[in-house]
Amino acid sequence: MIEFKKVSKSYGNFKALDNCTTQVSKGEVVVVCGPSGSGKSTLIKCVNGLEPFQKGELLFNGVSLGATKTNLPKLRAQIGMVFQHFELFPHLSVMENLTLGQIKVLGRSKEQANEKAQKLLDRVGLTSQAEKFPGQLSGGQQQRVAITRALCMDPIAMLFDEPTSALDPEMVNEVLDVMVALAKDGMTMMVVTHEMSFAKKVADRVIFMDEGRIVEDCSKDEFFAHPENRKPRTREFLEKILTH
Amino acid sequence: MGYDFDVIERSWVYLFRDGMTFSVTLTLLAMLGGIVLGTLLALMRLSPYKTLNIIAGGYVNIMRSLPLVLVIFWFFFLVPYIGGWLTNSNQPMKVGAFASALITFTMFEAAFYCEILRAGIQSIPQGQVSAGQAIGLNYRQTMSFIVLPQAFRNMLPVLLTQTIILFQDTSLVYVISSTDFLGAASKIANRDHRLIEMYTFAALVYFIICFTASMYVRRLQTRISIIR
Repeated sequence: MIEFKKVSKSYGNFKALDNCTTQVSKGEVVVVCGPSGSGKSTLIKCVNGLEPFQKGELLFNGVSLGATKTNLPKLRAQIGMVFQHFELFPHLSVMENLTLGQIKVLGRSKEQANEKAQKLLDRVGLTSQAEKFPGQLSGGQQQRVAITRALCMDPIAMLFDEPTSALDPEMVNEVLDVMVALAKDGMTMMVVTHEMSFAKKVADRVIFMDEGRIVEDCSKDEFFAHPENRKPRTREFLEKILTH
Repeated sequence: MGYDFDVIERSWVYLFRDGMTFSVTLTLLAMLGGIVLGTLLALMRLSPYKTLNIIAGGYVNIMRSLPLVLVIFWFFFLVPYIGGWLTNSNQPMKVGAFASALITFTMFEAAFYCEILRAGIQSIPQGQVSAGQAIGLNYRQTMSFIVLPQAFRNMLPVLLTQTIILFQDTSLVYVISSTDFLGAASKIANRDHRLIEMYTFAALVYFIICFTASMYVRRLQTRISIIR
């Protein structure tokens, strides 16, 4: 469903992405990890065109992201995205956050949109928060609303950019639970995260990046069960984050 | 010779019905026009297209570098010719003093509103734009539903303060012989030889209006701020 073919991106002399080739099939959950600045966020932001790239080809559901005639808004409406800092719209209520895209992009009526939003809010356990503003919710609640906002658009794939790294530790699990449920429902997901527990639980594959390159790209079992087969850079990284 | 404040009572109707109506109407219309034009200019200045940047940037810099009185004069003589040229007639178009003043103030204030709105738009984090785009909104929708509502709210106090200054500046229309509130007061003052009384009264009226308005802006600021 998502296909990277030798994708490269650079800012001046700095290579943000260097010849990245990988693919994500329908229903697959792929965790992308790596040290900060390794290009993992840039990689997933290329998928919905939030980051343009200079070389290579990137296909989402058969549509080329690099082509100038691609209708980006239309493509983006099919891909849900969850950000590190939630990025809920602070001037709109939770319900308005959830219905804006449905009404303006998908052309649903207000009633349809409200109904859909309420149903999904119930599923993430935020039934009674619809009329509040984002600033009145905790970080964990805001991130669950953000996931719901993406799901309201009936996306065929979801991108997560470090969804739990801006959260207080006690709120991480409420967000991960929602993501695990989503993965188990068969959603196609690309997840940038350092939560290895999440990777172990639901990931099909793990990609490890460093300095804009894809260093490892293998099944979850291979990745965690055989550290001796990993490259030195990967082992060093894993030792740092797994020893605690 | 004593002071005669009865002159105020005698000229009350003229001062407010003619003078103040002119001042307030000009201020409100120029504010509306200025904000609309200013928003367009701000979007042009922030757009990725170089040509639009240069046009809007040039416009703003020219307007902000000229004295307002000069622009009022200049447009008063220039606008009829532009009007004639636009309507393809050989005669300069007849443009009244009010219309000329309105065009001048709208265009002049737009430069200032533009800079305020540009700062407001830039204060909205890039993540908000990305979030708007990520749910499939196009540029226009992202601007009108996500960025501008937040920018306006953040900038409303400054926009209104600029409008208070605009209200004071409308008194400059005396140079094209329009009668605003100050102009009306000035006419009465000269007619009845009550200069001190009338100017004191005019000063008091401007003070009360502008001071009340700025107090209101301050209260509004706390009421409409976005919950964070």
